[in-house]
Amino acid sequence: MAATVNTRKLARAMLTPAVVILFIWMIVPLLLTIWYSFQNYNLLSPENTGFAGFMNYKYFLTDPAFFQAFWNTLTITLSVLVITVVGGILLGLLLDQFIYGQGIVRILVISPFFIMPTVAALVWKNMLMDPNYGIFAWIATRLGFAPVAWLENYPLFSIILIVAWQWLPFATLILLTAMQSLDEEQKEAAGMDGANFASLFVYITLPHLARAITVVILIETIFLLSVFAEILVTTGGGPGYASTNIAYLIYHQALLDYDVGGASAGGVVAVILANIVAIFLVRLVGKNLEA
Amino acid sequence: MGKIVLENVQKHFGTVKVISNVSLTVEDGSFVVFVGPSGCGKSTLLRLIAGLEDATGGRILIDGADVTDLPPTKRGLSMVFQSYALYPHMSVRGNIGFGLKMAGMPKDEIRKKVDAAAATLNLTPYLDRKPRMLSGGQRQRVAIGRAIVREPKGFLFDEPLSNLDAALRVNMRIEIARLQRSLGTTAIYVTHDQVEAMTMADKIVVLNAGSVEQVGSPLELYDRPANLFVAGFIGSPKMNLIGGATAEPYQAATIGIRPEHLIVSRDGGGWAGTISVAEHLGSDTFLYVEVPGVGLVTARTPGEVSFHAGERVMLQPDPARLHRFDKQGQAIRG
Ligand SMILES: Nc1ncnc2c1ncn2[C@@H]1O[C@H](COP(=O)(O)OP(=O)(O)OP(=O)(O)O)[C@@H](O)[C@H]1O
Ligand SMILES: [Mg+2]
Repeated sequence: MAATVNTRKLARAMLTPAVVILFIWMIVPLLLTIWYSFQNYNLLSPENTGFAGFMNYKYFLTDPAFFQAFWNTLTITLSVLVITVVGGILLGLLLDQFIYGQGIVRILVISPFFIMPTVAALVWKNMLMDPNYGIFAWIATRLGFAPVAWLENYPLFSIILIVAWQWLPFATLILLTAMQSLDEEQKEAAGMDGANFASLFVYITLPHLARAITVVILIETIFLLSVFAEILVTTGGGPGYASTNIAYLIYHQALLDYDVGGASAGGVVAVILANIVAIFLVRLVGKNLEA
Repeated sequence: MGKIVLENVQKHFGTVKVISNVSLTVEDGSFVVFVGPSGCGKSTLLRLIAGLEDATGGRILIDGADVTDLPPTKRGLSMVFQSYALYPHMSVRGNIGFGLKMAGMPKDEIRKKVDAAAATLNLTPYLDRKPRMLSGGQRQRVAIGRAIVREPKGFLFDEPLSNLDAALRVNMRIEIARLQRSLGTTAIYVTHDQVEAMTMADKIVVLNAGSVEQVGSPLELYDRPANLFVAGFIGSPKMNLIGGATAEPYQAATIGIRPEHLIVSRDGGGWAGTISVAEHLGSDTFLYVEVPGVGLVTARTPGEVSFHAGERVMLQPDPARLHRFDKQGQAIRG
């Protein structure tokens, strides 16, 4: 009893520095952002300073660009989640079967994850989707179609495609590992019970994957809500605001419009939205993580 | 209905021969136990019958129909795995009813059958629980429920009791045997526990290194082992196997005598030796006697006889219960 109490005290003491540093690390930027969001602070009109009340928020939330950015953020997040989870399950099932050349195929499947978002986006923009010398254009011309200017005509779809390509390996990896941890005897028992491939998948594999799918959704959502590099490099948020998400809109305000106060208000709004989504998600799928 | 016949069944994993030429008939309604040392191929043989492994050679017949190339589902057998292999996310009801659901049986009919199976196995209070909320014995019963509810032609058990503690094992052993008798369904049961084998089986198949050493009723194997392997494997404590000069007067390369067929006395005839260890179990006393020129001999005496370590005793084999084996290890009869 005494020993465990002492151990616990010691553990707390040892943990304290790390927790304090992490806390400062997170809380200082957050507090600064909140502070700025209530200030008049625009680099283009330095004479206009002082407390702004909720003006920055009002300005950000009533901007028509905000609504578009909001929906774009949700669209990107949801579409990429659907594509990567479904694609990851299919690829996982495939890789689970392969015997020959498995090692190489796996490395190939995983490699997109190691490419920096900026580089990946540049590759897609210049080598694949470019209407003049991209590979897609070349294929289209070969087949007798007019090349498509992906980034100009389908900007949001293109962004979704690029981001999904980057996250598919992650989903595949996690889901494949989960599939391989499925007890072989359970599959055999289901086989003896008369389950065919489809029922085996629906009744045995999928429930077994529930937890892994939850993990994939939670982790991906955190990153997908703030996709930025891919947009900056490819479409620049355009045309208009067609491919602007909230992260990009904040950047736009801070560094293109030099409105620090407005951008900070946007940042706070983004944090609140992310928290709403997080609460929603944890409620929705988090129960899979229990027990 | 459920006569299972194996004809020259073989199984190789790559170049390793795991099962070589096993031929066997399991009569309808009988309880057959496969025993043998670890790694001898018991599980493999059972999985061949189940259809979970493909035979390299030979044929498997169920009720006269060749099922060698049929998948597990089409063979009409059900299996209880050593790890139970319950579906963790389904309730007990879901687990037991899964096979019926896969067969496309209407829901209310499934409900009735599951209820009946649960009642037989005393599982009714647990029907809505998940497997992880059950004890080992209850999980075991769910696995059995899953097997019986489909009314298969035969049950296959692979060491179903090895994860249970000793007391529960005895209970479940009796329960399984009784259930099998009352259903009258053919059963093949794998174990390495010879008490299970002796008590449950109509017929025991002794396997060694992938082939059948002897097939017979428990008492046949006990009274007339066909060779040294079966003689040494069946019976506990093990039969004393003595070779060399001691065996010569009996015209055999090796003689065997069970511990319970040695008459122990302080001044009778037979082999003279010194007790090195005496194990008092209450009902029995096992004596390990060092006999010069013969070796360590195990003898079993009633519990009330008081022999102690260090004492000199005489061991007299009962000539009618003596087993003789030739150089190849085969029993010499007559
Ligand atoms: N998939 C496999 N590939 C290669 N060898 C295998 C395979 N499965 C089993 N074996 C080998 O076949 C032999 C028989 O295995 P099996 O599982 O049938 O033994 P067993 O009699 O059930 O043993 P135990 O009592 O320990 O369960 C073993 O030597 C094992 O190593
Ligand atoms: Mg085994």
